[in-house]
Amino acid sequence: MSTHVLSLLVEDKPGLLTRVAGLFARRGFNIESLAVGHSEIEGLSRITVVVDVEDLPLEQVTKQLNKLINVIKIVELDPDASVQRQHLLIKVKVDGNSRSQILEAVTLFRARVVDVAPDSLVVEVTGDSGKVNALLRMLEPYGIKEIAQSGLLAIGRGSKSITERVFKN
Amino acid sequence: MTADASPAAPPRDKNVMTGSGAILASLEKLGVTDVFGLPGGAIMPFYDELMASTTIRHILVRHEQGAGHAAEGYAAASGRVGVAIATSGPGATNLVTAIADAYMDSVPLLAITGQVFSTSMGTDAFQEVDIVGITMPITKHSILVKRAEDVPAALASAYHIASTGRPGPVLVDITKDAQQGQMTFHWPPKLDLPGYRPVTKAHGKQITAAAELMFESQRPVLYVGGGVVRAGAHKELLKLADRTGLPVVTTLMARGAFPDSHPHHLGMPGMHGTVPAVLALQESDLIVALGARFDDRVTGKVAEFAPDAKVVHVDIDPAEIGKIKHADVPIVGDLKDVLPELLDAYESVAKKAKPDTAEWWTRLNQLKANYPLGYTDDPDDGLLAPQTVIERIGQLSGPEAIYAAGVGQHQMWAAQFIKYERPNAWLNSGGAGTMGYSVPAAMGAKVAQPDRLVWAIDGDGCFQMTNQELATCTINDIPIKVAVINNSSLGMVRQWQSLFYDGRHSFTDLDTGHTKVGEQTRMIPDFVKLAEAYGALGIRVTKPEEIDPAIKLAIETNDRPVVIDFIVSRDAMVWPMVPQGVGNSQVQYARDLAPTWEEE
Repeated sequence: MSTHVLSLLVEDKPGLLTRVAGLFARRGFNIESLAVGHSEIEGLSRITVVVDVEDLPLEQVTKQLNKLINVIKIVELDPDASVQRQHLLIKVKVDGNSRSQILEAVTLFRARVVDVAPDSLVVEVTGDSGKVNALLRMLEPYGIKEIAQSGLLAIGRGSKSITERVFKN
Repeated sequence: MTADASPAAPPRDKNVMTGSGAILASLEKLGVTDVFGLPGGAIMPFYDELMASTTIRHILVRHEQGAGHAAEGYAAASGRVGVAIATSGPGATNLVTAIADAYMDSVPLLAITGQVFSTSMGTDAFQEVDIVGITMPITKHSILVKRAEDVPAALASAYHIASTGRPGPVLVDITKDAQQGQMTFHWPPKLDLPGYRPVTKAHGKQITAAAELMFESQRPVLYVGGGVVRAGAHKELLKLADRTGLPVVTTLMARGAFPDSHPHHLGMPGMHGTVPAVLALQESDLIVALGARFDDRVTGKVAEFAPDAKVVHVDIDPAEIGKIKHADVPIVGDLKDVLPELLDAYESVAKKAKPDTAEWWTRLNQLKANYPLGYTDDPDDGLLAPQTVIERIGQLSGPEAIYAAGVGQHQMWAAQFIKYERPNAWLNSGGAGTMGYSVPAAMGAKVAQPDRLVWAIDGDGCFQMTNQELATCTINDIPIKVAVINNSSLGMVRQWQSLFYDGRHSFTDLDTGHTKVGEQTRMIPDFVKLAEAYGALGIRVTKPEEIDPAIKLAIETNDRPVVIDFIVSRDAMVWPMVPQGVGNSQVQYARDLAPTWEEE
């Protein structure tokens, strides 16, 4: 299995997410992460989906997604040619002994503390999955109480834009 | 005040109408002339408008599934979009089987359903179901309309999507308030479909590559699927086959896309295909797939399918290419355009030399001579051979007739023993395998093509699923002929039980006929009495000498539908057969009889 990042430009219509998610389920693919939000054009949204499949079924799922009437464009984003970011909020246990060590780790990872309580901290971190996972491993021994994680966001490097390419013609 | 000063009524804009009026106006503008449906609460505003239409004929069915299959049969017989209408909730869910069927067989179907008031949606209101959600995986697209002003664009988009590219079912779900609301009608509406751009023009380089492969190969086959029928590309196919001399096989969905009488035709491939067709694909070094999708009933065990073959795959749906079998040359395009281009490219390659397929044709002709389709015409139990009945129906009715089959043994025999010479003559449920398709599909076909003789070739199991539409046929003057191939059982399941389950016939006896001559079992129901109850002519045939007169009487009877109850042997089996799960080289010509592989 290998991970692929797909960026979908879609019409912002009711049920669109069901159509996309349903298609993955029906064809037997697992969605590893999903991020949905407005695009730069009104009425269009961008879905970033991370899917764990072999290359051949990926081609099949891409073609099937393309058949959905409300899907306008699908691009696979190469990790080397794109910026990929995840956003995490981590609630970690603290006490008098661990607090300074945790704050040190937070600084080291260029994460931020966004909530402080006597026995817990909420840490916010943004980064690629390597960085995010490394911080999680670092914090794990102190006791992670809760994680809220966004889907992966990704955008191609350089000046080209998917939307421009679609609407050029 | 004088009389002539009385205020005149303000001029009424005839384009101001209700959403229901807009549904009707849109359908009329789209050129729809026949619809099949059944009213209910959430679609009543539209039915009130429909009553006044002078251009649209509405046929009131007895069950919404019948409306769906009738619309499918209408579309399959004529190539036009079939329209089915139902109310919300159970009305809509009764359409689901037909929608799934249309999705599997790429039938252009427009399903219109009423929905509860938009303000009640999501509250579990009376007769509320999320039909858009339910049908998402089985429609090409679906649209929920909540405002009257959105009706024309929704219907025009749905019609366009259903009928272009790879055809398929599109559902438009319209809330009752959208039907009742006021709007101003404009036609044509602007279609806003930025994500829908079916590819129809093929890539020139791929065409050349395909032509070269066709020319170079020693053992090529044209593997023709239902796409050729849907594309209306049968003439282009005939020309290609004639000029290249390539052998042709036609799948279950493609029967009639290429004339059965043509010497290059090897018959139907697949689980119950002819030995020459099955082995031609299996032994080929090049498969040119034309609007076919390498269905598991054609390939058998995929890993063992046509091991030496390269593949040229032409389809209008890019997702079909490479889905099951790798395509060495993928061509996305409309067959009607691609086939002439392919022929041009082939002929410019063929100027240089002559292709060498003589040895291949020797092998194929040998298979054709040694393994023709056949059957035993005098079963041990003394009852009729079902194949004889079906073959005679085909011979007496001819290639201009339309034949709509149910699903099971009778469907396979109808695919094998009726000779098809033109597309759209053979209608069946190929992908979904929907029992009950036949009677309503035949009804729809007869509405689309009233001058043609239309047969429903049905089984006793299938017939009991949708025979209520005989009432619709009688009342609306749609004189179809139904041949019930009555073996008193769920025949195909019984055949598998006989072959693969040690003859344990678990719940496949339907008690609709005889088991042996002279030994009368229960006949529940009595199909002749049932036919008469529906105002149809009912005929029972038990002896060989009664077959022809009954068929002739049916053909001559056009003032009402006809049902012939043919009491046939239940031990007859469909042969040849490739058992499920094995490679196609294991095709059996008859029980325990495998064809000889190499003659030398």
